[in-house]
Amino acid sequence: METGVVILIGLFFTVAIYLMLSKYLVRMLLGIAILGNAVNLLIFTNGRLLREVPPLIPEHLYVPEVVTANPLPQALVLTAIVISFSFFAFLLVLAFRAYQELGTDGVNEMRLAEPEDDPTPPQGY
Amino acid sequence: MAGSSVSVDLSQAMATAPVAAGDWLVVAPSLLTILGGSLCLMLRKNTDLQPKVGIGFLGVLVLANVALLLRVLDHGVITMVMGSWLPPFGIAFTVDTLGATLSLIGAIVAFCAGVYGAATVDSTGRRYGFYPFLLLMMTGVSGAFLTGDIFNLYVWFEVLLISSYGLLVLGNDRIQLDGAVKYGVLNLVGTNLFLIATGMLYGIFGTLNMADLAQKVASLEDPASGTLATVAALYFLAFAMKAAAFPVNFWLPASYHTPNIVVSAVFAGLLTKVGVYALIRVFVLILPASLGYLSDVISVVAIATLLTGALGALAQSEVRRLLGYVVIAGIGSMLAGVAVGTTLAISGAVFYAVHSIIVMTALYMMAGVMAMLGGSYDLRRLGGLYAKSAAYSAVFLVLASAVSGLPPFSGFWPKVMLVKAAFADDRAWLGAAILVSGFLTMLAMGRVWIFAFWRGGPEGTPDGKTASVTTVPADGAPQVSGGAVWVPLGILTALVIYIGVQPEWMLKLSTQGAGGIVEPLDYLRSVFGVPG
Repeated sequence: METGVVILIGLFFTVAIYLMLSKYLVRMLLGIAILGNAVNLLIFTNGRLLREVPPLIPEHLYVPEVVTANPLPQALVLTAIVISFSFFAFLLVLAFRAYQELGTDGVNEMRLAEPEDDPTPPQGY
Repeated sequence: MAGSSVSVDLSQAMATAPVAAGDWLVVAPSLLTILGGSLCLMLRKNTDLQPKVGIGFLGVLVLANVALLLRVLDHGVITMVMGSWLPPFGIAFTVDTLGATLSLIGAIVAFCAGVYGAATVDSTGRRYGFYPFLLLMMTGVSGAFLTGDIFNLYVWFEVLLISSYGLLVLGNDRIQLDGAVKYGVLNLVGTNLFLIATGMLYGIFGTLNMADLAQKVASLEDPASGTLATVAALYFLAFAMKAAAFPVNFWLPASYHTPNIVVSAVFAGLLTKVGVYALIRVFVLILPASLGYLSDVISVVAIATLLTGALGALAQSEVRRLLGYVVIAGIGSMLAGVAVGTTLAISGAVFYAVHSIIVMTALYMMAGVMAMLGGSYDLRRLGGLYAKSAAYSAVFLVLASAVSGLPPFSGFWPKVMLVKAAFADDRAWLGAAILVSGFLTMLAMGRVWIFAFWRGGPEGTPDGKTASVTTVPADGAPQVSGGAVWVPLGILTALVIYIGVQPEWMLKLSTQGAGGIVEPLDYLRSVFGVPG
């Protein structure tokens, strides 16, 4: 089962990287959203996949009797989801504000902070 | 009910002894800043009270860090586990000399920035949350320096990153939005790479505790195996992006000159150095074998970073952008230390990080003063500042010499250590690159001195004349020279001079800090108790 998920993760990364190589902000942001999901799946798979074994401990024991699903990657993924979601929300607003102010979502045209026709520094007095 | 009558021996899984009172200092920096940040957030509309509360908390943060460092020097490495779960199950905060030193310096710089911010951030900026963001960013910075868990390190990175976004767009100028887009996207990609590497590391070893990882990696038969090499390469790329190393440095000069000058100052001081710290921590402590075969790559990256930084600085006429490139050149020096990897080199890198945190923040604050006196950040429009204020000119001269690595200021000693370590390790090119970069930085800073301070007036002023135009301070720069400007600048400049004249203290701290991760026996012992 892991092999299948790994291939899926690979596809996610491919799509994410392809989108992030675009010079348009909206596509880049979509790429980042997919990248976040690819990473989450990767962490999840790294905790090893098991089917339908609930981590229940019988009453007379302190540890589960059988190998159960690993809860730690789920906690990690949950953290990562929350973080990447908030970042994505922020970046969406940022991109929208940048589009409003700069009138473009193409990063090649965003040259306000680093103007292309910046004159050379003074050569002498 | 069932279970309640059964006595369970918790000592196998939990620390049963109560935490020693002094050990609470381990979490104090993060807690204090969260508390202060929340309080400032509640006082959002009270723009007069906010700076007092914010600066007060930052002052307490400095004191807590002093106490923490003293305790670490006294008791050795301290570990505190969250929820008392024994490592490697609980999230551990493990503080060694390296983390405590950097955390203290970071707190001092943040305190100075808080004071300076009182002069540059107007009531609108305060209402939009300058002080809450600054304090919460320090939560992330302190947490990153003090944690002993690699996933926790990622979380602190995100905490400081989201707060830094808030600081970066404070003011909502067009140019800021432009800078923030580039900063935001590239830094997010960087942290995602960090997360990928951490996920894979967990997949290999099943643990996230740094000390546990260090032990497990060391016990591998082939610590340089293929999977681990992938992880190491990903970590290097991620931290290089965070630290703004060539060729993934382009977000820094695109964004660091756009926000309020005090925000630039604290970013230039702290953020890239957290990346360098993480690089040192992960590679020297956890993946020393990978450092062995990556060291040539890191060398090349270091040389390229040193030279692009210095050459970039020479090509700029905007003071803040110029300083952005100087930050990058400094990162190159620290990477050079990591590339060599001996105790001397690592301690040189740590010393350089301390120096760079102080001096870069001070230089950006100085740029704010220049814009206050001269009304612009542009070298073409600046001039005659020496006639306006000899005292500030002297401060600039000290800082410019320090950042170029001239004695007797703080930049000299770490450069000596790094160059010596590079030559001792047969990396003459690396040593030469550090020296050349220092020389070029000196030229760039010397040009700022000549154009902004030494000549009579802005471009077009005839030789030998002093232009007596009255200038209006630039936007976002301090408007009047008061205590909020010269006190932080004075503290940082005094530190630069003190470390330069009396380097023994810092030398001891950085050597001990580097020794503590090159030979991490004390670190491991602190986390796992005395090994049986």
